[in-house]
Amino acid sequence: METIETITSIKPLLAVLISLLVVPILVSSRTPNVREAWTFVAAIAKFLLVISMLPVVLNGAEIVYTVAEVLPGVAIKFRVDAFGMLFALVSSSLWIVTTIYSIGYMRGLKEHSQTRYFCYFALALSATIGVAFSANLLTMYLFYEMLSFATYPLVTHHQDREARSSGRKYLLYIVGTSIAFVLPAMMISYSLAGTLEFSGQGFLAGTSSKEVTILLLVLFLFGFAKAGIMPFHSWLPAAMVAPTPVSALLHAVAVVKVGVFSIVRVLTGVFGTDLLLSLNLGTFIVYLASFTILVGSLIALSQDGLKRRLAFSTIAQLSYIVLGVGLLSPKGITGGVVHIAMHAFGKITLFMCAGAIFVATGKKNISEMVGIGRRMPITMTAFFIASLSIIGLPPCGGFLSKWYLVLGSLEAHQMPILFVLLTSSLLNAAYFMPIVYKAFFCTPQEAMFENTVQEAPLFCVVPLVITAIISIILFFYPQPFFRLADIMVRNITGM
Amino acid sequence: MSQQYPALLVVVPLLSAMIISIAGWVNKRWCFPIAVAALGVAACSSVGLLLQVLDQGKVIYLMGGWPPPMGIAYYIDHLNGLVLPVVSIVALLNLIAAKKSIEQQFPDKIGPFYSLYVLMVAGLLGIVATGDAFNLYVLLEIAALTGYGLLAMGEERAPLATLNYLYMGTIGACFYLLGVGYLYIVTGSLNMVDIAGILPDLYQSKAVLAAFIICMVGVWLKMAFFPLHAWLPNAYTYASSAATGLIAPLVTKVMIYVMIRLMLTVFTPAFVFSFLNVSDAIVWLAVIAIVTGGVLALAERDLKKMLAYIIVAEVGYMVGGAWLGNRDGMTGAILHIVNDALMTLCVFLVVGNIVYKVKSYAFENLQGLFRKMPFTMGAFVIGAMSIIGVPPTCGFFSKWYLITGAIAAGHYAFMAALLFSSLVSVVLFFRVFEICFHEPFSDNHGHDHHSEAMDEAPLSMLVPLLIVAATLIVVGLYTGVIVNQIIQFAIPASLV
Repeated sequence: METIETITSIKPLLAVLISLLVVPILVSSRTPNVREAWTFVAAIAKFLLVISMLPVVLNGAEIVYTVAEVLPGVAIKFRVDAFGMLFALVSSSLWIVTTIYSIGYMRGLKEHSQTRYFCYFALALSATIGVAFSANLLTMYLFYEMLSFATYPLVTHHQDREARSSGRKYLLYIVGTSIAFVLPAMMISYSLAGTLEFSGQGFLAGTSSKEVTILLLVLFLFGFAKAGIMPFHSWLPAAMVAPTPVSALLHAVAVVKVGVFSIVRVLTGVFGTDLLLSLNLGTFIVYLASFTILVGSLIALSQDGLKRRLAFSTIAQLSYIVLGVGLLSPKGITGGVVHIAMHAFGKITLFMCAGAIFVATGKKNISEMVGIGRRMPITMTAFFIASLSIIGLPPCGGFLSKWYLVLGSLEAHQMPILFVLLTSSLLNAAYFMPIVYKAFFCTPQEAMFENTVQEAPLFCVVPLVITAIISIILFFYPQPFFRLADIMVRNITGM
Repeated sequence: MSQQYPALLVVVPLLSAMIISIAGWVNKRWCFPIAVAALGVAACSSVGLLLQVLDQGKVIYLMGGWPPPMGIAYYIDHLNGLVLPVVSIVALLNLIAAKKSIEQQFPDKIGPFYSLYVLMVAGLLGIVATGDAFNLYVLLEIAALTGYGLLAMGEERAPLATLNYLYMGTIGACFYLLGVGYLYIVTGSLNMVDIAGILPDLYQSKAVLAAFIICMVGVWLKMAFFPLHAWLPNAYTYASSAATGLIAPLVTKVMIYVMIRLMLTVFTPAFVFSFLNVSDAIVWLAVIAIVTGGVLALAERDLKKMLAYIIVAEVGYMVGGAWLGNRDGMTGAILHIVNDALMTLCVFLVVGNIVYKVKSYAFENLQGLFRKMPFTMGAFVIGAMSIIGVPPTCGFFSKWYLITGAIAAGHYAFMAALLFSSLVSVVLFFRVFEICFHEPFSDNHGHDHHSEAMDEAPLSMLVPLLIVAATLIVVGLYTGVIVNQIIQFAIPASLV
């Protein structure tokens, strides 16, 4: 395998810190307009910083920056590679969109403590980019934990009894698993290999016995509970008490994707595909993910709360990514990794639609949304497009990632997985399409809304239209994500 | 001047304590500046000493020019070179933060309070600096007696709780003295380095064994190592915040230092780990200390007592780490002396601020504090993160070394106890945060949360707190430097 060119630059650190740096400005801003202007500045600056590193990464090079060597052989260190870049692109671009949406939503509902809300949002984004650019397990753990704690005030924003008990559940699952599982797994890996640095073929190969490897794998898979692998998934529906923009960005994009990102990173950078293949552990991962996919989709069918249905859909979709990487074949990994991006754009649209409906009508349950298409045609059209993407139908980006997953399962000779993927798509259609159908096609007697068009505030509608359109664009121009995935696959398989 | 650092370190606070008590009679307002100046000199000397140690390796200072074994030698190496600045700086920061709360709580006892405070710091610094086993006892008593005085100035129940501490503390000190007596009988010397040189031929001696055991038990009593911890929670809870801010971070940590000094320098690792075969049992005791401390903390419904039980658990961390018998464990224990002193100071300063404003530390009175005291609570969150062990706060890194040591020693129960303690700490602190953040509950989805006016503690209390909170992160990021430049040399090469 050829060596990868590395460039030292402070940009990754800046990309992480920039949202942290604006927090004092946000706190001291006198008016909401100034505060939100600064949030925009930070979001756009962060996005530009990420973008500015893209060409280097597309050329196959990596950008590194070491902050401090804190333990022997382990530093707080950033490395921007193709996989991290892909994730950073998705989350930093969606932060801009979500900021617009947050303004519409929070002002529309006259929410309290908006300054706090924007501050912790900025903090959470710092942590997300930190995870994306981490060069080793310790740095990743640092930002992973930071994200857990930074999102707590967002999840419990309403500060009522329900928020408190959900927040408790959220922390218990997320922090509990990371301390009880990830931390010891990380320490055991360190004492075995003497390093925590992610590398193309992992660092555990040749240092640990089969039993220890399996133990570590289980600890890591369940330890990153943000990925929502069953049975550690139930924090996600509980966290839906948060304001919708939080659910949209953090629980469809940042938090949950940080979970799967971490799992994928550990599978490829700590274990290495060869080690997993040689011990035939891919099958275990794949079946674990399949179980979550099917059960998650089935539970989603029975949910009446729109956000709860979306939450269970997210749980199922996240496991697609784990499944794709668990296939350990180039196409499977590509499919899984690209699904991070495709699912993000689709799911954030759906959440923003749910929020827009709530702002405009105050409705949360699907059974109360009959005929809503006539009142909010734009929102529901976006909802339709996004659900197509999640189901995996053209002309939406979701189709491509699912296509690669199917190819990957053929490549890995896993026929049952093909069946799982197809069943899941049917289930997805079964829990999304009735919503859209009932929204547009209902008898006048059934309709619960008057025929006049009355959308949510512009700040709410524009972002969801943008992401819906991007979902379509990604079908025609998925190149940046696929190229990044290709580079990643080349690095980890040596092909 | 720079040759006199070891003397300045102890003598300046010692003399200042007397000056303060006289000044208190004349004008109470003079006490505080004198105390700050005295501890400032001590802090500067201790930092200067650390720099000298980094430069030359070790500093030996003969009190009055008398050579050992007759005279008292102050012997500064990397181990106490690291602990001295921690003690003096923690004491100084707490002193500044304590000014307002002292004036609020005991306006008529300002003179005696500062006098005792500075005297106690002199004792603590002396314990850490001295190279003489008997001199250590004397300073131990100075620190202890002043400590009783400080702790007893508190709530109604403080004198009784302190009396309990006084009994236990005196027994502990006596045990230590007895052990030193045995050592003196066997070796004829009181100088630590001297004793260490004579001991190897006497390892078989029952008297040496007895001396070691008696010293250890005495020290454990003083540091509240389970099951000898019963005196600590009440004594710390009912005292004034100014006193606990000094005593809670420092006394147990200084005693840990004494234990490590006895293990590494006086009795040497060869005796402690190879000749005696008790490490395993003591690490198990530490496991029990950690678990019990955590569980007892869970049962508490007031903040200060909860933190007191956390100290009991933290003592278990350090004793366990030191007794793992390997380099990583010992590194973790020494690093944790520094980190735990800082993070305990942080949380107790928070309690001080809360008590100053709210006049209570019971859970039910902490409602709405995030709104009322955002800076104090922000520092509290950082302190809590450090105790939980979240990177990049310093608490994570000492825990890291302790766990690495546990894995290397194959002592998985200790590792499990440390992880359990982290989890318990999450519950402990977030239970408090929930009250401060969510309550008082309002109806209607929190929309009518009226913004209560901010009511922060005065700047003189807030600034030291924020400095400590920031230090927790800075020290965490500089762990590599601290370990590679200092702690590495504090542990004898024979311990691998």
